[in-house]
Amino acid sequence: MKIIKYILAISAIILINGCASTIPKEALALTSSSLEERQLQSRIYEDVTEQQVLSAGVHIFQDLGAKITETETDLGLIVGEKDRDAVEAGQVATVIFAALLGVNAAYDTNQKIKFSLVTTPVKLGQDDKRWIARLTIQRLVWNSHNQLSKIEAVKDEEVYQAFFEKMNKALFLETNS
Amino acid sequence: MRITFKQVTGLVFIALLMSGCASSKSRIMEGGSQVELRSYQTRSYESESKLKAMRAVMATLQDLGFVIDKADDVIGIVSATKLDGYALQMSVSVRERSSSVEVRANAQYNLQAVEDREPYQNFFTALDKAIFLDENL
Repeated sequence: MKIIKYILAISAIILINGCASTIPKEALALTSSSLEERQLQSRIYEDVTEQQVLSAGVHIFQDLGAKITETETDLGLIVGEKDRDAVEAGQVATVIFAALLGVNAAYDTNQKIKFSLVTTPVKLGQDDKRWIARLTIQRLVWNSHNQLSKIEAVKDEEVYQAFFEKMNKALFLETNS
Repeated sequence: MRITFKQVTGLVFIALLMSGCASSKSRIMEGGSQVELRSYQTRSYESESKLKAMRAVMATLQDLGFVIDKADDVIGIVSATKLDGYALQMSVSVRERSSSVEVRANAQYNLQAVEDREPYQNFFTALDKAIFLDENL
């Protein structure tokens, strides 16, 4: 009986570890939330050129303190990133409390935030006066043990609202100067 | 000295952990059945322009939760990353053929190449929608 137990335990561990985990089934499929996220992350701008939208985007990225890492004007893309502090007071308090109990817990210390803005004509393949600008943001967070603690897409409504408010202002200046 | 079963299984377990699945250098030129893999990863679109196909690829990747990292319309390549507790990296190339464009995608999930048919089928289903519906919002 003991032998069977060992074999079972080992095969379970091998199964769990495997060579690597496999891709989640829904990772490359459209889901019910895809459309909602698209609307949250996009705005349509009328009577503008693609270049004006991209140029306004570059200014906003710079306002946010990001470094522009990639641009492709023929396809309507600008990419920027910034490294920032990620310390949250609540987490630090928890870690101090844990330390008092002798537990070496970690708190988040720094993060890399990546912004990617893509412009697309409302009708694909046509040079239109109506452009969709879609922003996507993701971040990587490291903790005080220098481990990745979060890798995630940012989906907060207020973040995108704030960005597009800035975009509206920047585009207004862009088209009226 | 008598070696117990426990010790043997312990050693086997450690050896398994250390040997992993293959030597790390074998990863350099790895790749499954080339022909089969290419057929999963490739789809042709008749009478589409390269630029339109590339814009559709970018819109589709964004719909799927990716952040576009790089794009180049001359070579016809888009690279993107999806972070969702995991890292999924994707490169999509678009080549012009005589009367069509050929889109090829390959993906890497964490530290592993994606070689299953299903994820690519899902990707092209989403891309078909973007190309044929042609209305993005």
